[in-house]
Amino acid sequence: MKHDMIGDPLNRVDGRLKVTGGATYSGEYKIPGLTYGVLVPATITSGTLVSMDTKAAERAPGVLAVITPFNAPKVPGFQPGAAKPVKGLKLFNDDQVHFNGQPIALVVAETFERATYAASLVKATYKAAPFETDFHKNFDKGVVPNEGKYKDYVRGEADAYKNAPVIVEQDYMLPSEMHNPMELHVTIAFWDGDDKVTLYTKSQGVIGSQRAIAGAFGLDPANVQINSRFVGGAFGSSLRTWPHEFAAVQAAKLVKRPVKLTLTREQMFTLVGYRPLTIQKIGLGAAADGKLVGITHESHSQTAVYEEFTENAVNVSRFLYASPNANTRYKVVPLNVGVPAPMRGPGEATGSFALESALDELSYKLKLDPIELRLRNYTYTDPERNLPWSSKFLKECYQQGSERIGWDKRPAEPGTLRDGEWMVGYGIGCGAFGAYRSKTSAKIKLLPDGTVNIQSATSDIGPGTATSMTLIAADTLGIPADKITFELGNSSFPVAPTQGGSQTCSSVGSAVHDVCVALKQKLNSLAGLPTDSTAAIDYSSILQKLNLPVLELTQDSQAGDEAKNYSMYSFSAHFAQVYVHPLTGVVKVKKLVAVVDGGKIVNRKTASSQMIGGAVGGLGMVLTEEAVFDDRYGRYVNGNFADYHVPVNADVPDIEAIFIDKPDPIINPVGSKGLGEISLIGVAAAVANAVYNATGKRIRELPITPDKILTTT
Amino acid sequence: MSKKTNQEKGEPLLGGSRRDFLKQSSLLSAMALTPGPVIKAAEEQWDEKIADVFEKVQVNLEVNGVMHSVKVEPRVTLLDLLREELNLTGSKKGCDRGQCGACTVHVNGVRINSCLSLAVTNTGKKITTIEGLATNDQLHPMQEAFIKHDGFQCGYCTSGQIMSAVALVKEGRTQSREQISEFMSGNICRCGAYSNIVKAIQEVKNSQL
Repeated sequence: MKHDMIGDPLNRVDGRLKVTGGATYSGEYKIPGLTYGVLVPATITSGTLVSMDTKAAERAPGVLAVITPFNAPKVPGFQPGAAKPVKGLKLFNDDQVHFNGQPIALVVAETFERATYAASLVKATYKAAPFETDFHKNFDKGVVPNEGKYKDYVRGEADAYKNAPVIVEQDYMLPSEMHNPMELHVTIAFWDGDDKVTLYTKSQGVIGSQRAIAGAFGLDPANVQINSRFVGGAFGSSLRTWPHEFAAVQAAKLVKRPVKLTLTREQMFTLVGYRPLTIQKIGLGAAADGKLVGITHESHSQTAVYEEFTENAVNVSRFLYASPNANTRYKVVPLNVGVPAPMRGPGEATGSFALESALDELSYKLKLDPIELRLRNYTYTDPERNLPWSSKFLKECYQQGSERIGWDKRPAEPGTLRDGEWMVGYGIGCGAFGAYRSKTSAKIKLLPDGTVNIQSATSDIGPGTATSMTLIAADTLGIPADKITFELGNSSFPVAPTQGGSQTCSSVGSAVHDVCVALKQKLNSLAGLPTDSTAAIDYSSILQKLNLPVLELTQDSQAGDEAKNYSMYSFSAHFAQVYVHPLTGVVKVKKLVAVVDGGKIVNRKTASSQMIGGAVGGLGMVLTEEAVFDDRYGRYVNGNFADYHVPVNADVPDIEAIFIDKPDPIINPVGSKGLGEISLIGVAAAVANAVYNATGKRIRELPITPDKILTTT
Repeated sequence: MSKKTNQEKGEPLLGGSRRDFLKQSSLLSAMALTPGPVIKAAEEQWDEKIADVFEKVQVNLEVNGVMHSVKVEPRVTLLDLLREELNLTGSKKGCDRGQCGACTVHVNGVRINSCLSLAVTNTGKKITTIEGLATNDQLHPMQEAFIKHDGFQCGYCTSGQIMSAVALVKEGRTQSREQISEFMSGNICRCGAYSNIVKAIQEVKNSQL
């Protein structure tokens, strides 16, 4: 029988639903008796709520409840000494305001319009306190995070770069960037009695959401049903359960009706995380032959006064290149702002921008080709952990990418290549992201008609999880993909990890592989064959012969000691060709080539799209995106899509994704390492380095907007 | 100091006093004997009746070939009417202020952002949403091309992209890759599927030559 195989370019199994409007996202379920919740934001940036006047709102048409810190029913998990304390902001639990836009009330009404209007009638009296939102002013207040893994790292001698013959020492700045998934964050919550609640919510992890809601409201997790079948993008903004999700559950309990709470686009700038404003200092020291003597990487990034956010901004400098001396320092600066969250590529993307930019600067000081510099510092083992890589094909990435971009046309001297009135330049930026595998379960059902259904409580925020899982199942079972359905986004399915950290294909893919193998073994034994027989068998006939209505199996799948014995990473090299207009400062990326060593590629079609999409995210990071803050008031001034510029169609050239496509022999049965993050990591540096190559102007503060091109000498 | 008007005090202006009176009077008469939830229910009924008679406006419009006759508040957008009243959730809300294109629909054959159009201004008009693009089980060529070229990932902007793309071909703005990109730039895709979207549009355009 012809079957679909791993590596095939399979169309998305949910494609038809998505192009017909038939895919139902979390806010789109028609629940009888649905009511609408609208949040009221604080208008001060720090201080205390003294009183609130909710009379007008309560008397407005269609209003069912106005929840404030002065009347909110207590949420058990919000209280001191709670069995499972909720971390972070606890809405309506006390009178403290930590940042501008923090919700101080939730209005619930019969319609969206009525709730929105009534929310505008809520009045608050505050006792304002002094606040700090200015990152630069508070830079020196940075603290080493509490968590141990963020303490200073030293290999060999600290700051050894300072004594090297050739030195680069520079600061690199990245502004706050917003995830801005297209779907507004939304939760529908409704209770069944006092101990059961159901949510349709935008979530990257239904099991995580289930545990969070159960913990906060003191419920048995089995009584918390989370549905998140279609997720309209997230990029990290739905990794955790946010305050507004708890608020929707709280409100639904109070009004005894289903409540739908949708954030506005502007509210998403403060309530669902962002990539934090970060200043990094890189010190590189090299011998005249380009061999690195020392790497120092320091990072300061902003966090919230009420919750500490950390990420791996400096880690890449410990292992990406061979250097006898390397040290990192990482600090966070608490401010009166909403808490950040991991955003695609997270800290690794931030860190890679700084390291790869500095390396580019070093290459010009050494008069060495940037790729040659990387090759001279190539490492065949992980210098941080002193372990072998599970697999690493970064050299192959350099080679294939340089051919595809036309690296031989790159001028060694910056600012010397022109095409008409445009200045032309080439750049490279690399990255690495950990390859993980978490414990995952999957359930398989075989029906007498030969169709197979597989369930696992994973998510799909866009990569095409169900499609790639279908391919793995088809390949493992040796049947066509159209005989298989894969279901996800439901907390009653077998446990799977949250879709984050590029681990879904590795973790869930392993469970799907393993459950399919288990099914084959079971069928072999039912057919009287040795369990490991590879002889072709007709699945449906076995069931029919035995008169079985269904054959069902659940399989756990988890890693062994691999991560203890190997360093496992996906690697990427991004190449950019840019055109810069000398009079207007406009940067046009003409061509982008993304080469990745992500292990075995499961679905060539969706994997390419994922790589291209990550590259577009990187283009936003380097050229257009910046959440602009007004420190006088503690508010963003561009909290919308007109003023916060995510890349649009006209900003994006054709992007070529190239896969090394060699299975990692260690990490999992399929050999896939993950693509989601690595697709973005390195893009910003590739473009920034190409801009320098084109113009001789080194812009170290992102985004590289035309004004900076024009004013940098 | 002069006495403040209702408006200055932040009281609802239109209908506010009438409703407040009804609410307060019903509240006063009922308060002594009736439990809270019942008062609330009674009030809501009044609210709805008043709203129906005085505040809602009749809208007659054709959506995907089906006539709808509904009463809506004048402040309801076409997008919210489609999504919340008519249960046509294919048109998406991504910003609610005409900046992202996820809500793109055709009104009398022209693409618009339905979040910027009040439902009441669409009376007598013909609306086509993503749900109305396929005929029976036969997908529109643009829908087929989006699947073939993987012109989407999460799928949330996809309805708007396809509605824009169909209109784009009709507008004749597909003369070059640059023109397609420029005139599709009102539809944001955060997953970054732009180059595949362009390929899908080029294929449909070429098949029509």
